[in-house]
Amino acid sequence: MKLTLPGRVAGLSLVAALALTACGSDNTTGDSTSSAAASGGTALSGTLNGEGSSAQKNAIGEVISGYQSANPGVTVNYNATGSGAGIKQFLAGQVDFAGSDSALKSEEKDGVVETEAAKTRCGGNDAWNLPLVAGPIAVTYNLPGVDKLVLTPSVASQMFLGKITKWNDPKIAALNSGVTLPATDIKVFYRADESGTTENFTKYLNGSAPADWAAEPAKVWPGTTGEGRPQTDGVAQGVKSTEGGLSYMEWSAAKDNQLGVAQIDNGAGAVALTGETAGKAVAAAAPAGEGNDLKLKLDYAVKDAGTYPIVLVTYEVVCSKGLAADKTALVKSFLTYFASPDTQKGLEEIGYAPLPEDVRGKVVTAINAIS
Amino acid sequence: MTSITGHSEADAGPSGDMAATGRVGDRIFSALATGSGVFVVTLIGLVAAFLLAQAVPSLMDNKASFLTSREWQVSAGDLRFGIADLLWVTVISSVIAMAIAVPVAIGVALFLTQYAPRRLARPFASLIDLLAAVPSIVYGIWGYFVLRDFVQPVQSFVESALGWFPLFAPLTVSGTIFLASIVLAIMILPIITAISREVFDQTPAAHKEAALALGATRWEMVRTAVLPFGKPGVISASMLGLGRALGETIAVTLLLSVTRGTFSWSAFAGGETFASRIANGSAEFDTPLKTGAYIAAGLVLFLLTFAVNAVARIVIERRKAFSE
Repeated sequence: MKLTLPGRVAGLSLVAALALTACGSDNTTGDSTSSAAASGGTALSGTLNGEGSSAQKNAIGEVISGYQSANPGVTVNYNATGSGAGIKQFLAGQVDFAGSDSALKSEEKDGVVETEAAKTRCGGNDAWNLPLVAGPIAVTYNLPGVDKLVLTPSVASQMFLGKITKWNDPKIAALNSGVTLPATDIKVFYRADESGTTENFTKYLNGSAPADWAAEPAKVWPGTTGEGRPQTDGVAQGVKSTEGGLSYMEWSAAKDNQLGVAQIDNGAGAVALTGETAGKAVAAAAPAGEGNDLKLKLDYAVKDAGTYPIVLVTYEVVCSKGLAADKTALVKSFLTYFASPDTQKGLEEIGYAPLPEDVRGKVVTAINAIS
Repeated sequence: MTSITGHSEADAGPSGDMAATGRVGDRIFSALATGSGVFVVTLIGLVAAFLLAQAVPSLMDNKASFLTSREWQVSAGDLRFGIADLLWVTVISSVIAMAIAVPVAIGVALFLTQYAPRRLARPFASLIDLLAAVPSIVYGIWGYFVLRDFVQPVQSFVESALGWFPLFAPLTVSGTIFLASIVLAIMILPIITAISREVFDQTPAAHKEAALALGATRWEMVRTAVLPFGKPGVISASMLGLGRALGETIAVTLLLSVTRGTFSWSAFAGGETFASRIANGSAEFDTPLKTGAYIAAGLVLFLLTFAVNAVARIVIERRKAFSE
């Protein structure tokens, strides 16, 4: 995202405005920083550390560079070590916020209840999951001459499981009348490393076509067909260099490598992947948290027209209360910038979907309530 | 005899002059030397202890046979993991790499020391050394993007000619063990070449001249004088190379395609080595038990490399006894 000057000014004034409202609602903390921010926007200073999900790495990288040029005194670090590691570091108090592909778990896992541990970390206050990055997952293919391909979750599952092995299989042809499909073998590529992308894609297949995809969603690809390549770049290059290749990856990677992106027909007609169609899936998600904890439950079988159903939502996990006053001011200012309409819109250029307006509104409310 | 094997009086053993041992400089030096030795041994010991301590809880919880299972189920719930396929892929990729690299390295070293004009040998040798300076991630990327297109025809040819043999069974993955082996071979070439060159260079001139004087051709001279003399050196060089090939991580991770749930003895299959499995899993070491499972795999790699080096030592010691 290249921020233009008007964009920067807009972001800045938004930060200032919100800082002022924060000032009005809360007279005890952050007084000096917020008034200073209002007068010039440069007085905020300090370092904010985050760690976690690599699925939001590009997004948060763009946001950080935009934010830092608007607030030269602040350094924001984000270490993309994976969701699990991010949450671990957050719970241990090593970082100020965590980026995660899934919300904090309230059931016990390996002797730790994440939500309880987060409470301890935040001085007895709840930690909130704030959805800030929505990343559509593209089903990509490499078939020269085939510009448009429609898949249903059931057919996609069978292709990824190796039950459909040729591109001109009647089941695929039935969805794509008028398209000449070659008799090439389907070559499946999947992530060799553990990844949130795999977890969300398998959640989708399992959620929308449970009859064809019985495997539990997991960070490790459960299929035995095809080959695993390391990282997003690995699968993207695999598909790019192999005719007949099929894979799933973040939309940004599909764009960067100019791969074919399949349209998904969840039952209400084929839907092409755009920022808007993917945003609708986030809007259709049911809230699963309480109050300002904005945990979302995506409906993968969503049948609304014009909704692209394969979306990965990554959260920033933050303390609702209990951080030091200066850190709180930084977290609020950074997240406010993150959630601003300009920032979100800019994310679309690099392959993420902007948050739909009502979800964004809730996020902003939650950010303002952090104290 | 001493002059022939290149020993001089100074090398003959500890000198009889004990007067020097009492001096401060001597004491400091000996303390430093002993200290470094003890430090290295302690370090290795601590690494081994760390690996063991981390791995044991996971191994205790493991429901599958660690050595013979091919499962790798380490996230939540039952731990079921084994290293059978990792061991195979690690060993076979390194063995193929050795089969390619050792003969080439010996050839290069012989050329540099026995055939090439001195003027040419120097720059050529440093050129080979430059191969070692290429970062392994570059090898990985280059191997997959460039070399693969050249290896593919070779692979297809071997598959069609020898496909009946399990090691050459045809498969259809892009990043094969064979491809990784070739890149590994290139990566270990400089180290084997450099050491072999050094030892071949040490061949006593008297040995070589004697062979030539008896009417040997140059090749016969190399065969009867240079190669036997250099053998222990070449073996230890190869073992150093093997150690590197076994543990090479990032290049192999980038090259090898993972084929989960399927296994083949073929060199044209994909797979994972110990190191690449750990690298692939490293982003999500979220629980101690899961981390422990990967560390257990690392422990086996540690022991494997240790064993390789030990065997190399034994071989070298034996050879030495015969050659002197």
